[in-house]
Amino acid sequence: MSSPPLAPPGWSRWLVPPAALSVHLSIGQAYAWSVFKPPLESALHLDGTQSALPFQLAIVMLGLSAAFGGTLVERNGPRWAMTVALVCFSSGFLISALGAQTKQYWLIVLGYGFVGGIGLGIGYISPVSTLIKWFPDRPGMATGIAIMGFGGGALIASPWSAQMLSSFGTDNDGIALAFLVHGLSYAVFMALGVLLVRVPGADTPVAGASGPGDADGVRVSARSAVRTPQFWLLWVVLCTNVTAGIGILEKAAPMITDFFADSSTPVSASAAAGFVALLSAANMAGRIGWSSASDRIGRKNIYRVYLGVGALMYLLIALFGDSAKPLFVLCALVVLSFYGGGFATVPAYLKDLFGTYQVGAIHGRLLTAWSTAGVLGPLIVNWIADRQKEAGKHGASLYTLSFGIMIGLLVLGFVANELVRPVHVRHHHVPAPREAADDQRQQPA
Amino acid sequence: MTSDSSPPSRRGLIVLAWLWVAVPLGYGVYELVQKATQLFTG
Repeated sequence: MSSPPLAPPGWSRWLVPPAALSVHLSIGQAYAWSVFKPPLESALHLDGTQSALPFQLAIVMLGLSAAFGGTLVERNGPRWAMTVALVCFSSGFLISALGAQTKQYWLIVLGYGFVGGIGLGIGYISPVSTLIKWFPDRPGMATGIAIMGFGGGALIASPWSAQMLSSFGTDNDGIALAFLVHGLSYAVFMALGVLLVRVPGADTPVAGASGPGDADGVRVSARSAVRTPQFWLLWVVLCTNVTAGIGILEKAAPMITDFFADSSTPVSASAAAGFVALLSAANMAGRIGWSSASDRIGRKNIYRVYLGVGALMYLLIALFGDSAKPLFVLCALVVLSFYGGGFATVPAYLKDLFGTYQVGAIHGRLLTAWSTAGVLGPLIVNWIADRQKEAGKHGASLYTLSFGIMIGLLVLGFVANELVRPVHVRHHHVPAPREAADDQRQQPA
Repeated sequence: MTSDSSPPSRRGLIVLAWLWVAVPLGYGVYELVQKATQLFTG
């Protein structure tokens, strides 16, 4: 077990966001896995379901390792967590390179999915608690920067991986070489985070440390947090918000094509691809923009916007979306910005409710809402669209029912957010004398 | 004094660290913008 790396005198807190970004920009590569699917399918004779396995296992492992590894991350600090993330994520690629070279697909599933997936989960939560401690005056902005990186990772990896495959070739040797270069490059890139990350010491001056978030002295452990109604209300809030975003993201290209199939200006395949790219931009901008705004208008209010205005946007799409393309695009962009904002704001909301004591571990447990929404959102939209198609419907009417369900879910999330109250004092953690002494030495607030 | 007012010795490190992450992110955003314009031109 290691002790958290304390900041030396004069260490700037503005070194911590790039440390966090170096990890999140790397692990965000997961969302660009689809680039490897067609080459793997042709080189190793796989079908679409098989080639999706490494990604699916990686996302499952992300949820599990974030949920179960959170307490370890809190105990050992961000440098330990970033090192684990670096080793797991990079060796996942190296094992996959071996798998591609020897045509042993199970090694790619094990490497990228299982080992790499642990790197995703630990890496995702690794900087959260540290950023909140360095930026008690702007926790939404700080975690927004890091979590924006997770969205940005796919933007970098998607064209980069595609270029690499076109240079190395799409046979198994080319894929193996691409995996090898990915593993080594990400190890070097993530090393910045490991080297730079520091936690503030007891005598480290931290801007805004005497702000409202710290003054109330809330300390709730991860174990106690999951026993509070606040945790489960936030779980519902995150799950419904993510489900609503995935509802559009999952089928964005066919959706915009279906909506305007009968219009005088149908949407071409390349325009639909442009729409998907624009949604990614909105998702990323929402992460930093809305999360920073929450520092000013408050966490509860910003989720009122995500869920309330989000429901309104869905209603507008359902009622008038097929009559005006700009309206459809605008509403979808707003929903996707709320989707990103919801992810990025939740660590600061947790900090407001449970304090900084074990906020990273609590965040890890809350991410199970993401895993649930990842199944729920695509299931609702795809299943309903398929059934509607079988019933002879077409165009926008394929999605009317699923949009109605999304509005219902968002209203449910809105109500859950309204029910969130400060955590009762009986859940607060009272430190043992030795722990309190350790805190005096290590913690700023 | 807060950590916002960094000693001069850290300034170079801060610039380097931000460039380290901003350059690849800029590349990703550039590629994204190229693709997104297809919505209006495609």
